[in-house]
Amino acid sequence: MSAPRDTWKKPPFIANPALRWAVILGAVAYFVWVGTTMPVDWNRVVEGFGRAGRIFGGAFPPSFERSGLLIDGFLESLKIAILATAGGVLLSIPIAFMAARNVAPKPIFYLGRAIIIVARSFHPVIVAILFVKAVGFGPFAGVLTLIVYSVGFVAKMLAERIEEIDFGQVEALRAAGAPYFSTLSYAIFPQIMPRQIGLTIYQLDSNLRASAVVGIVGAGGIGATLANAFGRYDYDFALAITMVIVGVILVSEAVSGVIRKRIQ
Amino acid sequence: MTTLAEKFGRDDWTRFTLRQRMTRYGVIFGCALGIAWALTSIEVIWAWVWGAPEQIGDLFGRMYPPDPSNLETILKVLWDTVNIATFATTFAVLLSLPVAYIAAQNTTPNRATLWLGRLILVTSRSVNTIIWALLFVAIFGPGVVAGILAIMFRSIGFVGKLLGEAIEEIDKRPVEALEATGASRFKVIAYAIVPQVMPTFWAVSILRWDINLRESTVLGLVGAGGIGIILQGAIDTFNWPEVATILIAIIVLVIIGEVISAFLRRRIL
Repeated sequence: MSAPRDTWKKPPFIANPALRWAVILGAVAYFVWVGTTMPVDWNRVVEGFGRAGRIFGGAFPPSFERSGLLIDGFLESLKIAILATAGGVLLSIPIAFMAARNVAPKPIFYLGRAIIIVARSFHPVIVAILFVKAVGFGPFAGVLTLIVYSVGFVAKMLAERIEEIDFGQVEALRAAGAPYFSTLSYAIFPQIMPRQIGLTIYQLDSNLRASAVVGIVGAGGIGATLANAFGRYDYDFALAITMVIVGVILVSEAVSGVIRKRIQ
Repeated sequence: MTTLAEKFGRDDWTRFTLRQRMTRYGVIFGCALGIAWALTSIEVIWAWVWGAPEQIGDLFGRMYPPDPSNLETILKVLWDTVNIATFATTFAVLLSLPVAYIAAQNTTPNRATLWLGRLILVTSRSVNTIIWALLFVAIFGPGVVAGILAIMFRSIGFVGKLLGEAIEEIDKRPVEALEATGASRFKVIAYAIVPQVMPTFWAVSILRWDINLRESTVLGLVGAGGIGIILQGAIDTFNWPEVATILIAIIVLVIIGEVISAFLRRRIL
């Protein structure tokens, strides 16, 4: 007979004790094994702290001397973001229709999904490198990269929204004998429009951020300026650029938040 | 011919009032203006634009068929990439716990710590992983350490923000009940706060791991370890068939990561 319980114990996260211990031991073994076999040069790490001091010493105070270069870089990033958002969203609409289970025939549906998966799998920086090799350095490679990036996100979200629409309206219009494009513009678009606009604004914001990184591999915009500053050990200018990037991102986040709130 | 409106003596149906229509035209015109500005002032060599489809087609032509002869190295480096993502996520999650605690309005000790917490979160989130990586490569030299630190520094903001929001949304009553029994601060956290944020904690950690897997594939391009290094090497030596193999390997890795994280999330939520 067991003694009456007078203490309470928190129930464990995984009920089965064997599985619980297997997970814990597995995790510990993984961390010990990888932690000890990872190629880490500890001498370099130790040296790094001194170097960190020098870098931060060189970075303060941030230098805004070449603010002309900074502004040009930013305007270029903004242009890249605008063009990529426009192109990406336009391209996303047909792809989203292809990738929506309820409006597309099966083979087209799979094709649409495959396009989205491929567009989403690659980090924009990888896509940027490929486009820089294919079409040369500069903002055009950046625009193409961010179009791919936008399609991956906008088409995916939009396809999900299309799958959720109320089909009654489509049937009503079809029953009234409406042609295909009238059905699209009166039964489907009004239902997906709010999401579409919200996504577009979000994507503009997101593209502005991403345009700062694709520039590091040569695809134009402020990232190119930043990478150059880093390469020439101009840490004070690099800090100034980073600060402006952070500021712009905060502002654009706030603006897009306000617009999205007003739309919904 | 008489229109329907004339025949039945009422106006045709319109979707929008005049005012709505004017606003819509205004917004559309504004957008068009923005695009036109970007299009006309961007410094693009238009000859390259027209040649782009051909160039891109050529690039893919060179990639086919993918060359798997170096697959062993690729898989090994891919495994390093997974490890970078996993280690960085683990450290970041652990470090973000105290930050989330002081960045949540209902648990932070005082106003100063609240703002300190928020400052850490905003700084961490606003600087992209690649920029963090540039910095850490400059400090610690190329390699895994820079990669792990870069991903960590970026993830703290993301995890800490979502966790802080979860802490702010908890049900206050368990906290009050424990405080009423005279429980210590530590016990209040362990028994009233932690159980409530646990599901969010796991969901956010898994989501971030999935994101970090993608991010760690590009770290190597700035020298911070992982598959990016050999990708850069293959691109620099114009070894396109190998580039194709690496890209396929990355897609497979990302899809596997997504499947694992979707499975774990379903189990937890």
